[in-house]
Amino acid sequence: MNDKHVEVFREEAYELLSDLEGSLLELEEAPEDADLIGKVFRVMHTIKGSGAMFGFDDIAAFTHEIENVYDRVRSGQILVSKQLISLTLEARDAIKSMLDSPGEAPPGRAVEEIVAAFKHIGTAEREGTESLPVGPSPSVGVSPSPPDETDSITYRIRFKPAPGIFLTGTNLLPLLDELRELGDCVMTAHFNQVPDLDAIDAEHCYLWWDIVLTTDRGIDAIKNVFIFVEDQAEISIQPVERDSRLILPGSTYKRIGEILVERGDASHEDVQQALKEKKYIGQMLVEKGIVTPEKVESALVEQQHLRKIREKAQSKEESISSLRVSSEKLDILVNLVGELVTAQARLTQAASVLANNDLTSIAEEIESLTAELRDNTLSIRMLPIGSTFARFKRLIRDLSAELGKEIEMNTEGAETELDKTVIEKLNDPLVHLIRNCVDHGIETPDERSSLGKPRTGAIHLSALHSGAHVVIEIKDDGKGLDREAILSKAIEKGLAVPGGEVHDRDVFNFIFTAGFSTAKQVTNISGRGVGMDVVKKTIDALGGSIEIASEPGRGTTVTIQLPLTLAIVDGLLVRIADAHFVLPLSIVEECVELTREDVNKAHGRNMANIRGEIVPYIKLRDEFRIPGGSPPIEQIVVTGVSGERVGFVVDDVVGEHQTVIKNLGKVYRNSDTVSGATILGDGSVALIVDALKLIGNAQSREGIL
Amino acid sequence: MAKRIMTVDDSASIRQMVGFTLRQAGYDVVEAADGKDALSKLDGSPVHMVITDLNMPNLDGIGLIKSVRSHASYKFIPIVMLTTESQESKKLEGKQAGATGWIVKPFKAEQLVAITKKVLG
Repeated sequence: MNDKHVEVFREEAYELLSDLEGSLLELEEAPEDADLIGKVFRVMHTIKGSGAMFGFDDIAAFTHEIENVYDRVRSGQILVSKQLISLTLEARDAIKSMLDSPGEAPPGRAVEEIVAAFKHIGTAEREGTESLPVGPSPSVGVSPSPPDETDSITYRIRFKPAPGIFLTGTNLLPLLDELRELGDCVMTAHFNQVPDLDAIDAEHCYLWWDIVLTTDRGIDAIKNVFIFVEDQAEISIQPVERDSRLILPGSTYKRIGEILVERGDASHEDVQQALKEKKYIGQMLVEKGIVTPEKVESALVEQQHLRKIREKAQSKEESISSLRVSSEKLDILVNLVGELVTAQARLTQAASVLANNDLTSIAEEIESLTAELRDNTLSIRMLPIGSTFARFKRLIRDLSAELGKEIEMNTEGAETELDKTVIEKLNDPLVHLIRNCVDHGIETPDERSSLGKPRTGAIHLSALHSGAHVVIEIKDDGKGLDREAILSKAIEKGLAVPGGEVHDRDVFNFIFTAGFSTAKQVTNISGRGVGMDVVKKTIDALGGSIEIASEPGRGTTVTIQLPLTLAIVDGLLVRIADAHFVLPLSIVEECVELTREDVNKAHGRNMANIRGEIVPYIKLRDEFRIPGGSPPIEQIVVTGVSGERVGFVVDDVVGEHQTVIKNLGKVYRNSDTVSGATILGDGSVALIVDALKLIGNAQSREGIL
Repeated sequence: MAKRIMTVDDSASIRQMVGFTLRQAGYDVVEAADGKDALSKLDGSPVHMVITDLNMPNLDGIGLIKSVRSHASYKFIPIVMLTTESQESKKLEGKQAGATGWIVKPFKAEQLVAITKKVLG
């Protein structure tokens, strides 16, 4: 069974169990509520049914007993009692632990005891209400666990049909085909009983077969094939070898002599005798008239079949297996690829300078190979975010139970892949944000129903690719952020000026300030004002951005945008005087010219008119204090970050550049407008511009936005 | 060309069920109400398999099997008999008469098709 399906079942079962707990507690309050009883019954029924399908036979058998009792509760034969509720709760926990660790005995009371207690309730009630009709006693579903079906066993089958077998209308061809369908199969037909031509009765069967079959269906499946002919044929089925995969590669194969002895074609003594003569054993036994050449041939076939099966099993093992490699090694690989990309850039540059055709074509080939190698290497570190999502499901369930809230979580885009290091660092911020949703966002069921919302709150977690970014969204349908409370707190803390017009987005951004909390009551889950600032810092450190949107009474949406990878990005290489800078290509929207005329028209404001749209720009020359005058025609690199268009003015746009990000040394630790550096083809260094930071700095300097 | 199967049973509902199932599986089906009816329909036209009940008026299943096996054209065709759990001795008798296999009643449509495929190939 596919693990993914099992996982889906497990998740579903966990959900059902968590519902069950709620229903049982409600049922305790209202023991005669038929809807609740029906609900409990259905949960048991569903778990039983899908449990059996997904290989949780112990759960299926166990649940079956409970389902039976609840079936009778449903029909009024058993009354709901406190005892029944606690017993069912106990059973719920047992099922849960069976799900958690299949195959292990659950802690607490043994399953058998619980079953016995359930049966006791059943019989006690039955005795007490004898006038009521009693249903047929349920057949217990506990069956011995089936043999491991993945075990392939090789069988040696000798099939000698009676000469008259055709007279019963039996056609041997479909029969042999049926055997072939069971697994890997080699058949040797023996012709030694075919008489001379004049003695042949065309309606008789003279052939017999030695068949070597490797199958995982068990001996019964083989017997089934022969079911109609078993009294008209000599059939022997012998297991030769257990699961071939369990056999060590180095172990020896059975010798021909051994096989012949096992088949009863030659005696042990004959073989020993023949062995002494140091010739091919088969040949010798034939010479001595002990066995026919065909029998030796047939034994050889068996030997070869086993060899083939083993090889197949081993190669299968190899082909499906994945390799566990420490992430350190991967990091080294990524670094090396980074170096290679840099070296390749130099090669390309050198080739263009030398203008040698041969060298250029090699350089181009190396360039495309390097790009491929880069993508492949980075993809090794990519992991689907789904596993993280699954953990949150549990978190939400536990938290909501603790707070008495009803919350449903659904996810989208669990297959979205992100760099492993990003995922790891993302875990804590996401946990924090989800805690916030559960604690502050979603209201209690009563509050919700009084507001006309469904009692169950919803948290939606989604991830999707957007260019070189991954966008993660956490959305709840709770009460939303209290704009006024945040604003007044911000004013109190001196972050905002009273009376000023503040944009919604900026109000919500205040909650990322350290020590900022509007919670009147600090719960043990959240509300201490610690965390959101850490969340923002972590996301910033990952080179991402975080944004909050909220509508009162409708819910809050937190959007996190993250780069796919932290090691190598596509950048746009620009030049100012002799210095090179890199802007992340993912945020670049377009490049336009900026002439003296344009600058003069703007009357000293850093604004450009691009097709009728006013776009503010930042002069990198000023920003990085590069001496010298600007050329008559400059270039604006227009970037789009969180819906705003901001231009960066540079002397020249060089082109796209595969940027291997190198961290700056400790000396540059405090430079916040540069996020890293990269080495160019000619060996010089280009700084990677932190566009977001630059925009932020400019905004605060100008006191605008 | 589709293989033709004859279903012999005095119960119309069984004939119908067998006929419907086999036609669905892509076979041609000829129906006969008892052994005698069956023999009269085995007039040399191609029939590739017979599925017969054992207890029937006029000529029962065992009799039918024996007659079919003595018929040159149908000597080697598979014959499957419909038996019930309690008819162990009948089953043996049928085997000796030359039946190829059997199906225990009650059976499901897919069992019928599986057995047909098994003996007919």
